[in-house]
Amino acid sequence: MISSTKVAANIQSSSPGSGGMAPLIELNEISHSFGTRPDLAARLAISLKFAKPAARVQAIDGVSLAVRRGEVLGLVGESGCGKSTLGRIVAGIVSPTRGSVSWRGKDMKALPPSERREAKLRVQMIFQNPYASLNPRRKAADIVGEAPRVHGLVGGDLGTFVDEQFRRAGLDPALKHRFPHQFSGGQRQRIGIARALAVQPEFLVCDEAVAALDVSIQAQILNLFMDLRERLNLTYLFISHDLGVVEHISDRVAIMYLGRIVEEAPSEEIFARANHPYTRALLAEVPRIETTKRGFAAIKGELPSPLSPPSGCHFHPRCPHAMPRCRTEAPRLKVVAAGHKSACHLNDAAV
Amino acid sequence: MNATVLEVRDLRTHFGQAKAVDGVSFSVARGEVLGLVGESGSGKSVTGFSIIGLVDPPGTIVGGQIVFDGRDITRSSREEMRALRGRRMAMIFQDPMMTLNPVLRIDTQMIEAVQAHENVSRTDARARARDALGMVGIPSPDERLQAYPHQFSGGMRQRVVIAIALLHQPDFIIADEPTTALDVTIQAQILAEMQKLVAQNNTSLIWITHDLAVVSRLADRIAVMYAGRIVESGPVSDVLARPLHPYTAGLIDSVPSRNQRGERLRQIPGMAPSVARLPTGCAFAPRCPRADAVCAQAVPLFAAGPREHRCVHPLPELRV
Repeated sequence: MISSTKVAANIQSSSPGSGGMAPLIELNEISHSFGTRPDLAARLAISLKFAKPAARVQAIDGVSLAVRRGEVLGLVGESGCGKSTLGRIVAGIVSPTRGSVSWRGKDMKALPPSERREAKLRVQMIFQNPYASLNPRRKAADIVGEAPRVHGLVGGDLGTFVDEQFRRAGLDPALKHRFPHQFSGGQRQRIGIARALAVQPEFLVCDEAVAALDVSIQAQILNLFMDLRERLNLTYLFISHDLGVVEHISDRVAIMYLGRIVEEAPSEEIFARANHPYTRALLAEVPRIETTKRGFAAIKGELPSPLSPPSGCHFHPRCPHAMPRCRTEAPRLKVVAAGHKSACHLNDAAV
Repeated sequence: MNATVLEVRDLRTHFGQAKAVDGVSFSVARGEVLGLVGESGSGKSVTGFSIIGLVDPPGTIVGGQIVFDGRDITRSSREEMRALRGRRMAMIFQDPMMTLNPVLRIDTQMIEAVQAHENVSRTDARARARDALGMVGIPSPDERLQAYPHQFSGGMRQRVVIAIALLHQPDFIIADEPTTALDVTIQAQILAEMQKLVAQNNTSLIWITHDLAVVSRLADRIAVMYAGRIVESGPVSDVLARPLHPYTAGLIDSVPSRNQRGERLRQIPGMAPSVARLPTGCAFAPRCPRADAVCAQAVPLFAAGPREHRCVHPLPELRV
């Protein structure tokens, strides 16, 4: 079993609802770009102007975001907007090109190695594709039991420990000696959840964790996430393109577009009073069952390539309200109401 | 709505022991949009493949009839089906990268599709292709004709596939989750386009999907499939407002926006059965809150006006 003092410390340090003020994880001006680093020959060629530097994808562009203890922060955006990269940076899988990540108010990079390892273990990730994120050659029990064994978190018998992890994720421990392909999609996602929870995390990054599941199974997994949040005082960064799911599960929502956060607000606020034109366009398409047939009013245009994002506000080529200023100047996130931030020049014009 | 374009009677498509489609009947009228809804493994895609004659072995149509435009096409030869496919009926698949040939330019593929069914010159075929691209909202279609599939975004690629499906103005189109892999804003664009085009040409459309929200806005009628059978069908607004089958009700209730924010979602317990071992009675009974001993016997079809269902204990209450 997990050493009891550690568990007690976790429970003491956070109570749902009452806490929620101190940020558990804070991102400060994070930027991240992907691309190959030029080797010596390439650098020489570039400096002699024989070659151009290879294009780099600016996946994340100066994002600051705080996730408070005990809350569920929904991160919404379309493909290529950088939401998954941001999730991986939070989970410590990817190190950002610029900027810093703080854990409980301390810069991760400044922590001594043992504390940093401890902090990293407290943040776990659940991936979108339960078919790709489990090793097909290992039994479910090994997949779930490996990390706690390696990190020395299991005091007693590993078998009993794994059984308990299985039960907590809603799986029958009798199935633990099966391989991933012998489970259904929903069960596989439960194995992923059991694996993440086995190291007693405080923070879960769920990257499109229910996107690949059928509606009825999706509801089961979402309910499991909510149960676990209550029982284990978990904090979530819930990444999804599905506003219906995000609206249901999140306390706060941040909307990303092409590497930047364009709006951030409490759930009720954002769904009632969306400020940014992109958010409004997304909200018009929230999957809802209509009882009268309604047409589709789509915003125009394609998602621009992150290789060459538009100047100024990234959304301006598709925005129905774009002004000349939007083409030249990137808007900053500004407070528009209590707890509600939006990055749009229209807010200045209105004042 | 007038003439029936397609009628499927008691269709059975089996893959060995697995009864992927087991006694499916429905019809589609001219200009009608039918939403065929179900979860993975429910047999909705196999139904589509059976109609258009693209079931691969070991899958075989072991029973039933598919009547298209008054003619039974169930036992048609490959040649006969090839003459129909692409011209009078078309199918759009989920992944456009699998539909398009990656090493051929779009114009080559579209001209081939035109000339496969009509004896027209290359120039005329090209003009048809260009008009079709323009119609589905692809900007500067003349230049885009010369591009390769990988040079298009996912949304644009799906538009190309829709344009190809529309080349011969078919009587009906089967669309198998064509917008599922797309981003929400792009999905809305494609749906808007599709809705406009089928209305213009009076094309019948079968839209296969797991997404009730899309069906509620697009379809005239809905048919809900579970474990190889249609468990409920009827006018879309009626069925979604007052579902009779507990499975339909469970699906509707699982959609997050139908639930109070932050509350537990009303979930259907358990999971769908394997189509290799289906019970004689209602396949949903093990997951159903209303099930009792009667449900173990074969369930007949109950019909009242446009509403049909297969449940011995249908939901009586009026839902909102």
